[in-house]
Amino acid sequence: MSMPAFTVPQVSHAPQDLAGLTEKVGVRNLNFYYGQNRALKNINVSLYRNKVTAFIGPSGCGKSTLLRILNRIYDIYPNQRAEGEIQFDGEDILSPGQDVNLLRARIGMVFQKPTPFPMTIYENIAFGIRLYHKVSKSELDDRVREALDRAALWTEVKDKLGANGLSLSGGQQQRLCIARTVAVRPEVILLDEPCSALDPISTAKIEELIDELKSDYTIVIVTHNMQQAARVSDFTAFMYLGELIEFGSTTDMFTSPKDQRTQDYITGRFG
Amino acid sequence: MSVTGLYASRRRSNTIAITLSVAATVIGLGWLVLILGVLFWEGFSGLSLAVFTEMTPPPGSAGGLLNPIMGSLMLTTLAVLLGTPIGILAGTYMAEYGRHARLTQVVRFINDILLSAPSIVIGLFVYEIMVYPMGHFSGYAGIVALALIVIPVVVRTTEDMLILVPTTLREAAFALGMPRYRIIMHISYRAARAGMLTGVLLAVARISGETAPLLFTALNNQFWNTNLNAPISSLPVVIFQFALSPYKDWQQLAWTGALITTIAVLALSIIARALAAPGKQT
Repeated sequence: MSMPAFTVPQVSHAPQDLAGLTEKVGVRNLNFYYGQNRALKNINVSLYRNKVTAFIGPSGCGKSTLLRILNRIYDIYPNQRAEGEIQFDGEDILSPGQDVNLLRARIGMVFQKPTPFPMTIYENIAFGIRLYHKVSKSELDDRVREALDRAALWTEVKDKLGANGLSLSGGQQQRLCIARTVAVRPEVILLDEPCSALDPISTAKIEELIDELKSDYTIVIVTHNMQQAARVSDFTAFMYLGELIEFGSTTDMFTSPKDQRTQDYITGRFG
Repeated sequence: MSVTGLYASRRRSNTIAITLSVAATVIGLGWLVLILGVLFWEGFSGLSLAVFTEMTPPPGSAGGLLNPIMGSLMLTTLAVLLGTPIGILAGTYMAEYGRHARLTQVVRFINDILLSAPSIVIGLFVYEIMVYPMGHFSGYAGIVALALIVIPVVVRTTEDMLILVPTTLREAAFALGMPRYRIIMHISYRAARAGMLTGVLLAVARISGETAPLLFTALNNQFWNTNLNAPISSLPVVIFQFALSPYKDWQQLAWTGALITTIAVLALSIIARALAAPGKQT
């Protein structure tokens, strides 16, 4: 919070504020194909540092696809192809020379369904840390605790770190997954409908968490829930049929959308 | 037909279906109980310490089954040690690296043929490639023949179990920046561990009863032998030989040998089930 641009907690989202923002990820002319099928059409969008950007839109509009390009997770499947450029701190994510494992360590992702690994709660977190950091046992203990703490899970699991991660409830499992992602100390966190499988109380906890995490990370969230987008995000992008229809500060998007389709979607006329 | 009439007729067909399936179960299990019953009845009376401490005797004298028990243990253990890594690596390729590859489909097809190949054919094959060129029967040839039976079983179960590991779990591991080989080692294998182990134990159970491939390869040995470069005794072959003999004491040893093999396989199956059980919850 030492940076002057972010001292005011409630940023008003008027366009002139954009001047005080740093672009963390810049998507330029991005096209994406599943085989012959073009799923994303000329996407241009900026994701700002220490801000939460929400992607909303009806099912199949390409918002999850876009998220899956940012950490190149699509790479593990054949016949999926991205064209264009994604600037991430000055380097192009899509360039062939990009080390995808290092990239994924810097851009973490949390999925729709909780996916704890089949190991203990402690190991679930420690596993990712050991991948990229040589740490002593006590340091590892500290970092596991810190990650669980950040994910607001520590008090619930501190007495059963040796229990299987799968023994936790759905909401706890999802926070474990967030803890696991945070533990690797990424710069960007991608959340793909992280609350869609959770009850309202767990959802509320995760939303609080997102609010806390943004002081340290750049967060991108895909959600079907427009209230959620309005609650947690600073910026909102509306996507429809593979195109980015409108992007702006969340306040503007929800109070005075410029595009008719955005207005229709937000007011529940379709989607 | 009225609603109640329709309901009554459904109840009737339900009763018939239940009766038929219960009858089928009783018939199926009945044979199993009979087989086990006869085996215990005939085999148990011959069980004694001598069975585990003495060699197979000539007809008419006292003896035991120590050399075939030892031979079977050696052949089975080494065949599993030889076949399992190959099977697991092949299954891993098919499920993890080459899931969409053409090679995988070819390998899967060939593996299915191998899985259902009569074991006598495998015995003849190994006879041709090992016994004939070497000029003598040997434990090594027996191990290779049994390993050839182990491989397709392990390939199949490994692939099936790894495919059951949810893609979301793999994606989550990729998303942490984990290289693929570590995902396989630490996530996929861990999630599929119980099933894969069951596959290996199934293979053990399968080869502990195989006779045909050993007849052409390891042959038999009346004496104590742990030299794998020479013919070596095994339980199935001794059972085969002794059961067909006209001598009462040999026939008794054959029953006892059959009982020992059955109990060993049964114990393995129970262990396999116990190990697989916790995996089902995940």
